[in-house]
Amino acid sequence: MDAFGGPIWSMAVSPCGSQLLVGCEDGSVKLFQITPDKIQFERNFDRQKSRILSLSWHPSGTHIAAGSIDYISVFDVKSGSAVHKMLVDRQYMGVSKRKCIIWGVAFLSDGTVISVDSAGKVQFWDSATGTLVKNHLIANADVQSIAVSDQEDSFVVGTAEGTVFHFQLVSVTSNSSEKQWVRTKPFQHHTHDVRAVAHSPTALISGGTDTHLVIRPLMEKVEVKNYDAALRKITFPHRRLISCSKKRHLLLFQFAHHLELWRLGSTVATGKNGDTLPLSKDADHLLHLKTKGPENIICSCISPCGSWIAYSTTSRFFLYRLNYEHDNISLQRVSKMPAFLRSALQILFSEDSTKLFVASNQGSLHIIRLLEGSFKHLHTLQPQSGTVESMCLLAVSPDGNWLAASGTSAGVHVYNIKHLKLHCTVPAYNFPVTALAIAPNTNNLVIAHSDQQVFEYSIPDKQYTEWSRTIQKQGFHYLWLQRDTPITHISFHPKRPMHILLHDAYMFCIIDKSLPLPNDKTLLYNPLPPTNESDVIRRRTAHAFKISKIYKPLLFMDLLDERTLVAVERPLDDIIAQLPPPIKKKKFGT
Amino acid sequence: MVEEESVRVVRCGGSELNFRRAVFSADSKYIFCVSGDFVKVHSTATEECVHILQGHRNLVTGIQLNPNNHLQLYSCSFDGTVKLWDYVDGILIKTFVVGLKLHALFTLPSAEDSVFVIINKEKPDVFQLVSVKLPKSSSQEIEAKELSFVLDYINQSPKCIAFGNEGEYVAAVRDFYLSVYFFKKKTTSRFTLSSSRNKKHAKNNFTCVACHPKEDCIATGHKDGKIRLWRNFDDDKKYTYTCLHWHHDMVMDLAFSVTGTSLLSGGRESVLVEWRDATEKNKEFLPRLGATIEHISVSPAGDLFCTSHSDNKIIVIHRNLEASAVIQGLVKDSNIFTGLMVDPRTKALVLNGKPGHLQFYSLQHDKQLYNLDIIQQEYINDYGLIQIELTKAAFGCYGNWLATVEQRQEKETELELQMKLWMYNKKTQGFVLNTKVNMPHEDHITALCFCNAEKFENPTLVTSSKDGHFKVWILTDDSDIYKKAVGWTCDFVGSYHKYQATNCCFSEDGSLLAVSFEEIVTIWDSETWELKCTFCQRAGKIRHLCFGRLTCSKYLLGATENGILCCWNLLSCALEWSAKLNVRVMEPDPNSENIAAISRSSVGSDLFVFKPSEPRPLYIQKNISREEVQWGVFVPRDVPESFTSEAYQWLNRSQFYFLTKSQSLLTFSTKSPEEKLTPTSKQLLAEESLPTTPFYFILGKHREQQDEKINEAFESELVQLPLTENIPAISELLHTPAHVLPSASFLCSKFVSSLLLSKETKSGEEIPEDVDMEEGKESDDSDEENDFTEKIQDTNNTDLGEDLLHQLSKSEEKELRKFRKVDYSWITVL
Repeated sequence: MDAFGGPIWSMAVSPCGSQLLVGCEDGSVKLFQITPDKIQFERNFDRQKSRILSLSWHPSGTHIAAGSIDYISVFDVKSGSAVHKMLVDRQYMGVSKRKCIIWGVAFLSDGTVISVDSAGKVQFWDSATGTLVKNHLIANADVQSIAVSDQEDSFVVGTAEGTVFHFQLVSVTSNSSEKQWVRTKPFQHHTHDVRAVAHSPTALISGGTDTHLVIRPLMEKVEVKNYDAALRKITFPHRRLISCSKKRHLLLFQFAHHLELWRLGSTVATGKNGDTLPLSKDADHLLHLKTKGPENIICSCISPCGSWIAYSTTSRFFLYRLNYEHDNISLQRVSKMPAFLRSALQILFSEDSTKLFVASNQGSLHIIRLLEGSFKHLHTLQPQSGTVESMCLLAVSPDGNWLAASGTSAGVHVYNIKHLKLHCTVPAYNFPVTALAIAPNTNNLVIAHSDQQVFEYSIPDKQYTEWSRTIQKQGFHYLWLQRDTPITHISFHPKRPMHILLHDAYMFCIIDKSLPLPNDKTLLYNPLPPTNESDVIRRRTAHAFKISKIYKPLLFMDLLDERTLVAVERPLDDIIAQLPPPIKKKKFGT
Repeated sequence: MVEEESVRVVRCGGSELNFRRAVFSADSKYIFCVSGDFVKVHSTATEECVHILQGHRNLVTGIQLNPNNHLQLYSCSFDGTVKLWDYVDGILIKTFVVGLKLHALFTLPSAEDSVFVIINKEKPDVFQLVSVKLPKSSSQEIEAKELSFVLDYINQSPKCIAFGNEGEYVAAVRDFYLSVYFFKKKTTSRFTLSSSRNKKHAKNNFTCVACHPKEDCIATGHKDGKIRLWRNFDDDKKYTYTCLHWHHDMVMDLAFSVTGTSLLSGGRESVLVEWRDATEKNKEFLPRLGATIEHISVSPAGDLFCTSHSDNKIIVIHRNLEASAVIQGLVKDSNIFTGLMVDPRTKALVLNGKPGHLQFYSLQHDKQLYNLDIIQQEYINDYGLIQIELTKAAFGCYGNWLATVEQRQEKETELELQMKLWMYNKKTQGFVLNTKVNMPHEDHITALCFCNAEKFENPTLVTSSKDGHFKVWILTDDSDIYKKAVGWTCDFVGSYHKYQATNCCFSEDGSLLAVSFEEIVTIWDSETWELKCTFCQRAGKIRHLCFGRLTCSKYLLGATENGILCCWNLLSCALEWSAKLNVRVMEPDPNSENIAAISRSSVGSDLFVFKPSEPRPLYIQKNISREEVQWGVFVPRDVPESFTSEAYQWLNRSQFYFLTKSQSLLTFSTKSPEEKLTPTSKQLLAEESLPTTPFYFILGKHREQQDEKINEAFESELVQLPLTENIPAISELLHTPAHVLPSASFLCSKFVSSLLLSKETKSGEEIPEDVDMEEGKESDDSDEENDFTEKIQDTNNTDLGEDLLHQLSKSEEKELRKFRKVDYSWITVL
């Protein structure tokens, strides 16, 4: 849908949710009506001179504030005319900059408009009179984002210097009702621009160019010390970005705008535990697949046999066939995708690479049979009636009989592929699922949740296994529960049915179900026991969780075959090296 | 003079002015500061000391204005009393005896009959803030024993306590926590900085606290240079704070302006920072204040600030951050290398002052006269830097020449030495650099002396050094075709068997020069520079060397490091006598034969005064100070005293001052301390307490003059006026805008007469024999002035009928006064 105003710089949904404002390059502010089936243009507001970079509704929905270049306009929604035009000072530390860009505005219910601009100012305006009430110069660079809490007693702004400032409404004296906005704490968790901030009831959330998402809890709002009370810095997405073809030793890496296919190297040398062996055959970069258009890749997958690659952007689904002739690879796009396969949230190939499972964003699951160079749509599993939630995690059993699918909050559904119907639903749990896998032979479904709980569910028996009940009864070790990142991948050893292999970004763990569970007194992260210890001690200290922290940050780890594990690390320094240089700040004493 | 009173060792001024925050009077006209056992009242406009409030018997530790009467001042002291003063007249009104050592004082307008003090009850490091009820009573000395505890375990320094929001709460900081006590709720909130425990080198310690005058906001200073602004502190959970960070070192003090719109902070950077609206980016600076800011205070009227500095000075600063006045005491924060000297011109005490400066300190007025920048380099205030030190200085030729030596030694082999010779310039009334000598010697210069004999036309300077040489420097003609100039050059280099030269000294007539080479004293003829004779006692290296004076000029005295004092007879070239005395300081009196020696024993320092001619001392005072005495000097008296007692006769001509290791300046006195320091200008005070109008000095002063009672006192005080700048009539004339002044012809005669008056009476004071003549003149002068006033009144006060009546009586009074005057002078002649 085109707004006919050039590039759109800003959007804001009305407090009641039925109207959408759009700010355009040509200086127009357009109001759209949102109806369940479509978005309809309603009216234009008075055209402004330059682009509209920020928009905010008054909570009552009667007025809006629009931030442009060098000024802020307040519009009356009913008449569509500008009520006030508030000019922003271009002066920046005494030097006149060319232009002052209003990066963000926030309209409070008492009529105050808060603006943040490229001169490093946070300004408070009275929208009734159109006058500047207070000015806080907080940065030497742009202030790029603002977010106000729901109670309107605090807000947060992010600057291009990587600092996040917290402002609070505090009473002037304890016995008067007069209140004032005060800048309280600065947080420097970012190195680069903070492009976006959010204010949840208990935390300040910020993210920016340096690829970190930082959640800073407000200590005064936190009641008990739990997961929420600690500062979280999220660097990697909590999902799998790498898929692996076990047969051909291929790894498919998903980037924002391209895919890379690599063949793993190999070695003939042998060595002791801990040695780094020289490669006899280097890893090959086989393929660099670029997407068409500006859209990001949502998900990707390579088939276990290595001859199929599928990926999806927000609007298109692509399937490729790979042909291997000795060392040459030819890529062939499978054309004529059916209309329903427009985009996917998750793609999965079956173990024998004959079936493709696609979780579409409408909540349905498509099952496609793959033939040599073509495909056939087998079935679509429609979502449960009454739910609109789409599935974002899939797991298929190695024998190809069972498919498990999970959404973000509702339980895990298990489908019988042979009969193409729902087999059972794992009872719903409060926290979203982060990883799913079905064990070979036993067909036990292992589910990891974001609160670090791990469940094992027997699909044939339609109930939790005995081990899962035991560990729920005893509880996980407190250090296990305090880990920072969720488990993103689960796999199994085909010859060792008692082992579950799982990893998060900072550790790799083998759960040995035959060993006793650790309690809070035992060491969770025990180093390798020295060999000279007697078996008795080793047995006494051994417990079910064997954790290795050698590789971090760990993006992917899987078994290639019975004796080989593949691990993918993504060093943070490599990411930082690709970033633009941060704003240079004079540091005292240098 | 009370003759039979015993001589006591007394502190003579130079006390710390920066010990506590200075306090402004309500109208910002006066500034109060503690000064040892006294409270000093200075005028903020003229920097002059107006009053010294004397009465405490120990260090004054706190001063505050009486919140219920802004013309009164409370002070507290280690002597356990709180005193109430009328500072306008300098009168002690009441004394409240608390009986405990009081460390600080606070007053609150809401707490009418009580004050808050910091006391220390049991443990040495645990202090309590208590409120003391001051009972109402008419008697002079009242017991105030009704104490009620407010806060326990607080810091001793008053900077760590602040009252906020008109006394609703009190904030105290110590170590890592801030506690706030709410008087109404009677609850204490405590906030701890947690990062102090888990971060290495985190210097989060609180150093000072200030409360916003209007809002619930507490500002705290920290050791790492941060300032935190606390809000919402009535809620243990919702409290929040902001950081302001500019200082790189400890924040020494904080103060809010009267309206609370700006916050002032200062520290070791010697920069006063004004944070406007308490925002990080909006700050103003007043840099280069010279030394660490110790305290900041704000006048209640809001127009002035003041900062107290570690170099014992108070700077009064205008609201627009312009320094307007400096009250400078004796600078004490550096090592004294130069010793104590007396400037022959000003009779001021000269010693090391600020780093790289020589300070001229007036002993009479207890203030610094001026600073001479010797090193002339920017002082960089940082730990670990090796600075250039001013090590030696000497005056020569009646104060016409000043020689200084500065040195810097980074490593053993890298010595930087510089000798500078300064000439007194009569036009600018200051010293001007004449000659700079780089590396005058190869090694440290150990002594420096001018030949001060009258017969020497050519100024001569001798330096002795560890490199084994002594050098004679003379003034030579350095003129060229462009200008006439003089400069110093080396005339003679002497040495003795490669021994290190440790001391040098000229005899009184300048004919002989004594130079000590370690254990040996050599005597040189100053005409031909040939070695006359040597003395060697083998009693250790010579530490002090001096010639006797007047009748004892044939003697040479030397004190050695092994504790032997030797006296040689120069005529017989033999040892006259020797005594076992571990001499630390040996100073000859320039006005007599006496020599003072201070020796160090295990319990303290002892003073011996003796004449070189006989080994028996004239006067011994044991234990003059518990500390080691570092330097001493005889300062000639302006007016000789007349002690008849033989023991005290050595104090007749000169006064002896000495400086201990902790840098307290002490002297000997028989007078009570109240007599010793006299208020300099009572007149100034009387005038300033009246409202100032353009005609105030012209009309108001003379109205006073016509008053019979004041008349006499007034005239005697007029006599005392020291300098023309201090004559208020002149300053008034110069400071009043031209358009409100009467025409110049009216003012001219008065202006001239006021000039005449001050000069002539001054000389009159010095020659008491000419009293009658002087008195006559003076009355003539005042006649002129009176006539003049009448004229002005005629022209100006046409609308005031009363004044016509007044004038009649005035002229009568004037006649009466004239007669009385004449009578009086006549009597004195008889």
